[in-house]
Amino acid sequence: MTALLEVSNLSRVYEVRRGAWPFGRQATLHAVDGVSFELPAGRTLGLVGESGCGKTTTAKLVLGLVPVTGGEVRIGGESLPAAGTPSWRALRRRMQMVYQDPLGALDRRLSVGRQVMEPLAIHDIGKPAERLDKALAMLDAVGLAQHHFDRFPHELSGGQRQRIVLARALMLDPQLLVCDEPISALDVSIQAQVVNLLLALQQKLGLAYLFISHDLRMVRQVSHEVAVMYLGRIVEQGDPDRLFATPAHPYTQALVSAIPTHARAKRQRVVLPGEPPNPVDRPAGCAFHPRCRHATTRCRVEAPALRILADGRRAACHNAEQIA
Amino acid sequence: MRALHGIDLEVRRGEALGLVGESGCGKSVTWLAALGLLGSRARVGGAVRLEGRDLVGTPVAELERVRGRHIAMIFQDPSSSLNPVHRIGRQLGEALKLHRGLDGGAAEAEARRLLDRVHIADAQRRLGDYPHELSGGMNQRVMIAMALAGQPDLLVADEPTTALDATVQAQILELLGEIRRDSGMALVLISHDLGVVAENTDRVCVMYAGRIVEDAPIDTVFEAPAHPYTKGLLAALPELDGARRVLTPIAGVVPEPWNLPKGCSFAPRCDRRVDACEAAPPLPTLREADHRVACIRA
Ligand SMILES: Nc1ncnc2c1ncn2[C@@H]1O[C@H](COP(=O)(O)OP(=O)(O)OP(=O)(O)O)[C@@H](O)[C@H]1O
Ligand SMILES: Nc1ncnc2c1ncn2[C@@H]1O[C@H](COP(=O)(O)OP(=O)(O)OP(=O)(O)O)[C@@H](O)[C@H]1O
Ligand code: SF4
Ligand SMILES: [Mg+2]
Ligand SMILES: [Mg+2]
Repeated sequence: MTALLEVSNLSRVYEVRRGAWPFGRQATLHAVDGVSFELPAGRTLGLVGESGCGKTTTAKLVLGLVPVTGGEVRIGGESLPAAGTPSWRALRRRMQMVYQDPLGALDRRLSVGRQVMEPLAIHDIGKPAERLDKALAMLDAVGLAQHHFDRFPHELSGGQRQRIVLARALMLDPQLLVCDEPISALDVSIQAQVVNLLLALQQKLGLAYLFISHDLRMVRQVSHEVAVMYLGRIVEQGDPDRLFATPAHPYTQALVSAIPTHARAKRQRVVLPGEPPNPVDRPAGCAFHPRCRHATTRCRVEAPALRILADGRRAACHNAEQIA
Repeated sequence: MRALHGIDLEVRRGEALGLVGESGCGKSVTWLAALGLLGSRARVGGAVRLEGRDLVGTPVAELERVRGRHIAMIFQDPSSSLNPVHRIGRQLGEALKLHRGLDGGAAEAEARRLLDRVHIADAQRRLGDYPHELSGGMNQRVMIAMALAGQPDLLVADEPTTALDATVQAQILELLGEIRRDSGMALVLISHDLGVVAENTDRVCVMYAGRIVEDAPIDTVFEAPAHPYTKGLLAALPELDGARRVLTPIAGVVPEPWNLPKGCSFAPRCDRRVDACEAAPPLPTLREADHRVACIRA
């Protein structure tokens, strides 16, 4: 069976200026650098990683919102049509995105009710009365009340706005929902409610989610598989329980150890030394080696491939077996 | 519509206060009201004192001097404080000129230093970027740098690290802690992440429907929470290990702001409710010297 979404060797570069603006010479920023994964219908892939490592760019590439520099995105076995074409637009109906910055994603001049109904109007689906009913039901499903319908985005709290964006994305019954930090603005009780809703929709309608989040507890809760990115590449991928319990890649180890906790017993935190990584100046060998406490000579010269370890997960680290 | 129902809060110099509570309960509005940022359609009552000086009713020009310099706020939404059509170097430069009188080379050097401090690589190049050329978490760190530009006495950080991964988040919170210890800056940290609040504040106020329902030292709140709402929040958290279980949100929904129950606002959702809860809103009561709870059954 072909997966709903197949991404192979995806990459995206930006031409930027190197050194002191406004001077400096041209340089290339590798935002996403050879990313491959598959997402079957009805499943969830969690995407985590350092701020700036290319998660949002990957999400936009998947939906064709920014053009790829290299590699391919296939939906249901077919190559993603060029953005703006009628076939792309038809496909986009089935693939929705929940953006990271809700205020930026909403139109400040339109009432939230109009915005939630808007996708149905654009695609000319249903009668006005049906659109209204569906919008009200959707607001209810994401934990908002009828009285929010006539308000404007700036009159809502951050978490209320986030749920408006989510409700709007669900209006067209998508097959694939790309969620970029969909729950970080919500309180934990509403988070639980929204996550339970996403899981129920998945069970009922077979939705697939590409779930980007910094909340690793929530990622474990919703994902069938997790991919960890560092500087534009996937460095570890596998079963969420195993990946978070015994991370194989040194970056994942540092990430997991830094999860804040309110529980008394604190894990020993792995502090990452050195400079934050610079995507226009990718270190040779393993991109993580300047900050890695397990780095060896080989790590400085040879880039590790993402390879399958004995327990079935994948990691891009020369020393994964020794440090596990 | 009434968003807040009498908020009493005190933040001491150098203190870190956490503010948690359900989405829409008034955490952001509390500070927007205190800083006179709610616009002319909002009516604000009560008093806000900064080192003894009342801010409510202060002329706009004077308030503008206080904002940024004495009290800085990191807003929840990047698009409400970063201008999409200006390079971030220019936006940081404006903040540095306004609050510290820096310009030219001095402003640029300071802007670069601030970006370094918030762990943005290649700071010099990034000064020439527009917000859309940065990732979500980088924009969030630029906002933090802008708030720090004024060297404020009080920093109100509204969900400052939602777009940051755990390692960068830990570095940024460590930076805020360092500044607090060095300069005596007070910090109000608004966050839904209870782990973040636990690790980075001394005291926490839990809000529900426009009121503070529990106010206690950090250890007390997490080890012996007294208000049923606080307990509900803790019970809704997912775990990082062990078997996955279905998450348990707090039953019921938040009441409509103009239709609050006559008694305790949480009563309709509370599993400990008795008839007396519905008679009048419970007053915040001291349980211990440093632990206030607004619940008659706590
Ligand atoms: N339009 C653009 N022009 C130039 N550089 C860009 C552009 N969009 C993204 N980038 C760069 O690409 C890299 C990856 O950004 P991306 O937004 O994908 O990160 P992210 O993983 O989503 O981070 P975060 O968790 O902070 O949101 C960053 O270095 C960013 O500055
Ligand atoms: N400008 C405004 N006009 C009218 N109502 C508003 C305005 N700003 C906020 N509100 C309402 O006031 C209440 C409190 O909002 P506030 O933004 O303080 O919530 P919050 O506690 O910060 O929530 P979140 O955690 O979701 O950010 C909400 O019900 C919101 O809809
Ligand atoms: S390959 Fe080497 S440098 Fe890279 S993560 Fe593994 S041990 Fe560290
Ligand atoms: Mg992003
Ligand atoms: Mg808020």
